[in-house]
Amino acid sequence: MNRASSWQLMTTIMRRDLAVALRRRSDVINPLLFVVIVVTLFPLAVGPGPDILGRIATGVIWVAALLSSLLGSERLFRDDFLDGNLEQMVLSPAPLPLLAFGKVVVHWLLSGLPLVILAPVCALLLKLPFAAWGTLMLTLLVGTPMLSAMTAVGAALTVSLGRGGALLSLLLLPLFIPLLIFAAAAVESTLVGTSAYGQVLLLAGLMLLTLTLAPLAVAAAIRVSVN
Amino acid sequence: MWKWLHPYAKGEATYRLLGLWQPWLTGLALAFVSVGLVWGLFYAPPDYQQGDSYRIIFIHVPSAMFSMGAYTGMAIAALIALVWQIRTAEWAIAAIAPVGATLTFVALFTGAVWGKPMWGTWWEWDARLTSQLILLFLYIGVLALYYAFNDARTGAKAAAILALVGVINVPIIHFSVYWWNSLHQGATITKFEKPSMPPEMLIPLLISIAGFLFLTAALITQRLRNEILKQELHRPWAMAKLGVEANDGV
Repeated sequence: MNRASSWQLMTTIMRRDLAVALRRRSDVINPLLFVVIVVTLFPLAVGPGPDILGRIATGVIWVAALLSSLLGSERLFRDDFLDGNLEQMVLSPAPLPLLAFGKVVVHWLLSGLPLVILAPVCALLLKLPFAAWGTLMLTLLVGTPMLSAMTAVGAALTVSLGRGGALLSLLLLPLFIPLLIFAAAAVESTLVGTSAYGQVLLLAGLMLLTLTLAPLAVAAAIRVSVN
Repeated sequence: MWKWLHPYAKGEATYRLLGLWQPWLTGLALAFVSVGLVWGLFYAPPDYQQGDSYRIIFIHVPSAMFSMGAYTGMAIAALIALVWQIRTAEWAIAAIAPVGATLTFVALFTGAVWGKPMWGTWWEWDARLTSQLILLFLYIGVLALYYAFNDARTGAKAAAILALVGVINVPIIHFSVYWWNSLHQGATITKFEKPSMPPEMLIPLLISIAGFLFLTAALITQRLRNEILKQELHRPWAMAKLGVEANDGV
């Protein structure tokens, strides 16, 4: 199979994934609603004072984003695994990491990008100072692709298990820690008035590293799971 | 090298080889650990600042060192299992992970016990403590994935992939938490500088470290032998092995 037709197969799979997701909107919307609800719970739990909420806003939004990425992870490979599509992808002459990359991109478009757009609402609810909104959105913009790629690794590893949910969180959440640390540090440094440039660049570097290596791990995991 | 290595893809050959090493490793572990700990805990001089409570270092440092060393070993086994599809390497993952997790837990526990009198707190959100805690989670994740599948082979391969993903992430996690916060003291023993420790303390510490190395190796060897026997139980050599041993016992 030459390069052009591999590329074509990838775009076809991406288009199909998008079409399927847009026809089953609740799968896309529920994880986003989850984020909004988690964010709503915090003011009720710790009190609505702006001094507390503003301090914890970034952390709460990012933790909610991490958890919601786990919620939406089943959508990545489960249906394809059950109806045999995943097997066809393994058998196809197109490189499997490329197809996996396509699926990661679609997953990001449906779960990461809406989160970036939703971020100002969450920031408003949690009374994050306006000056930090831009940095928060920027960290989400460079951080969520990494989230999607790592989630794809976990989802591919557990796709053949009926009950992957709790296991998936055990596998993935420890690996998300650098993301959480740098994102929180970026917003924090904006809040204290210094530049968040360094942390955002670090996040972008991590994102590129993950997007380069994760498709290979996803492909290996799919081969193991399809078997 | 391949001619030499290849026979050990077979369970029986590895079992024999490990059987040869086992008594030596166990003996050395017993000798070094007892000498190191007795010397360290009873005869080494007390620290001028921390008094006697510093003595927990003789357990804390070796277990912390080999909690990370075991992870490296597990990742190498994972790489071998994935690239050359060698089953004994897959079993090695299952043999190493619980030992590594236990060492990590021992390091965390002794660290907490040491932290209470010295820092005045059991737990501090400090870089090394946090990355050690994450290491524990990674071990548990590998183990959980290994045993999650009905087909043991699939589980072993999935765990191998996770261990390799983890090995890329461990340095990233380590440095991220290191930049994030730090209270833990720096390394006492470095290769290039003169150790910041008098020899009366350093020598028992080094003996103890060697002892923990042999102990870790002995435990892993024993676990791997058990795993090989369990997995190869349907083969004549394993049945013969168990049959002979049962007869000996009678």
